[in-house]
Amino acid sequence: MRNAFVSALLELAASEPRIFLVTGDLGYNVLEVFAERFPERFLNAGVAEQNMTGVATGLALSGRIVFTYSIANFPTLRCLEQIRNDVCIHNANVKIVAVGGGLAYGPLGPTHHGTEDLAILRTLPNMTVVAPGDPVETDLATRAIVQHAGPCYLRLGKAGEPVVHERPPAFELGRAIEVRSGADVTLISTGGTLAMTVAAADTLASRGVAARVLSMPTLAPLDADAIARAATETGRVVTVEEHGIGGLGSAVAEVLVGLEHPIVFRPLRLARRVLKTVGTQDHLRAKQGLSPDGIVQVVEAL
Amino acid sequence: MVHRARASHVGTCLSVADILGVLYSDVLRFDPAQPAWPDRDRFVLSKGHGGAALYAVLAERGFFPRRWLDDYCANESRLAGHATHHDVPGVEVSTGSLGHGLPLACGMALAGKRDGASYRTFALLSDGECDEGSTWEAALFAPHHGLDNLVAIVDYNKIQSFGSVADVLELAPLADKWRAFRWGVQELDGHDHAALRRTLTALPVEPGRPTMIIAHTIKGKGVSFMEGDLAWHYVPPSDEQLAAALAELTGDA
Repeated sequence: MRNAFVSALLELAASEPRIFLVTGDLGYNVLEVFAERFPERFLNAGVAEQNMTGVATGLALSGRIVFTYSIANFPTLRCLEQIRNDVCIHNANVKIVAVGGGLAYGPLGPTHHGTEDLAILRTLPNMTVVAPGDPVETDLATRAIVQHAGPCYLRLGKAGEPVVHERPPAFELGRAIEVRSGADVTLISTGGTLAMTVAAADTLASRGVAARVLSMPTLAPLDADAIARAATETGRVVTVEEHGIGGLGSAVAEVLVGLEHPIVFRPLRLARRVLKTVGTQDHLRAKQGLSPDGIVQVVEAL
Repeated sequence: MVHRARASHVGTCLSVADILGVLYSDVLRFDPAQPAWPDRDRFVLSKGHGGAALYAVLAERGFFPRRWLDDYCANESRLAGHATHHDVPGVEVSTGSLGHGLPLACGMALAGKRDGASYRTFALLSDGECDEGSTWEAALFAPHHGLDNLVAIVDYNKIQSFGSVADVLELAPLADKWRAFRWGVQELDGHDHAALRRTLTALPVEPGRPTMIIAHTIKGKGVSFMEGDLAWHYVPPSDEQLAAALAELTGDA
């Protein structure tokens, strides 16, 4: 995802002179190519995320489309009030990019696990929250947030995520993407759990369960219509996310409680606790049920 | 207006009134008819709790009608107790939480540098907000990027929210700190109009560096019973206190 983001940004910056990239001293072997091609539109703000976000707002209020870039929680929670007061209150054209969302930095320990960001960011006024499901969605999301005037949060994985979309889907901020059709159950995924969700749907299909899969790259604003339609048509909903409470599962529940008919619903997400042992992303995911098998089990137990 | 609204922060307003007066009379380039004029000097009231003083100056200079001041902090008023920009011409940014203004000003100044623009960016800080780490992140940033188009002023009245600066978190030697961070530093009496004018019309104080003006001030300046008293960070004046204060300030006492 990281590479899809940088490739798209480079291409966009060539034709959109307002694009400006600020990093909080991260991006080794990733951002050099941008810095070399657009030195006047690149800034390393140092290990100082509060100032980075304030500076980004000042630049945005001076006519630029400013990307702030860092990893895990550094560009979000470390400078949350700057995001709220500076970026959001001024509806400034700042795009916050976090690499390593979820458990992507699994072995590095809990300081580097980004597992509350979606919940927190989606409460902020004016903020568009985007967590693409694969490199194809990352490319499309990067283009879309440049087009969108106002604050955006782009939560990325790391590198090497599998491509799910064989060809680019229609992509619009605030719109779900139907990846598999089906009438028996709906699986909704945000961010990097899309591949395992599709794999689970394929397993379910082989067992005679037709699962509809919605990729939900935008958490705010939320595509409530797509959720309501899928829930009404399938009667059962499972959400999948590499994130704790307050994220996709909570957002979907907010829609479901407003529906006329009861829906069977189960959120598959991370527990609200500190992980005291480490491991690879896949290891830590699977421990909490985030795997194709884990999703299948949840569906079969509905 | 603070009295009418039963609002707070009258002490801070009197602390910065002279600085704002000189800035908006003799220093800043602006056009009230075009608040978004691209070449305007940017002014960031980082100590947003001085909003009442800023609104008064902006109304005085014609950015909006003086009658707006009557509704300060009232229901449905756009004039909030902390400087707020929504539909208020002349307020560059909304502030109130401390430590936000200098980073914002750095961004505006950097944009000016990279654009080759002629505008300058001014930020007025409280001494209390020099406790904030984000202020010092920006303090490192500005000289590194050669932002000699940036001017910060600290309203150094030596009283912060819950006590004196000396008791809460000592800043001295404040000028030395900013000098060590590679700013061009000038100390002056923040109520001396001639000194303010002299320094603020000969910027930057050191070529190639951001300017830090440490303005020694008195909280509640000009009103004998408010000067140096922390209480006026919070309480609104009564009718009698307002009359007495106005009499002192207008020389009718």
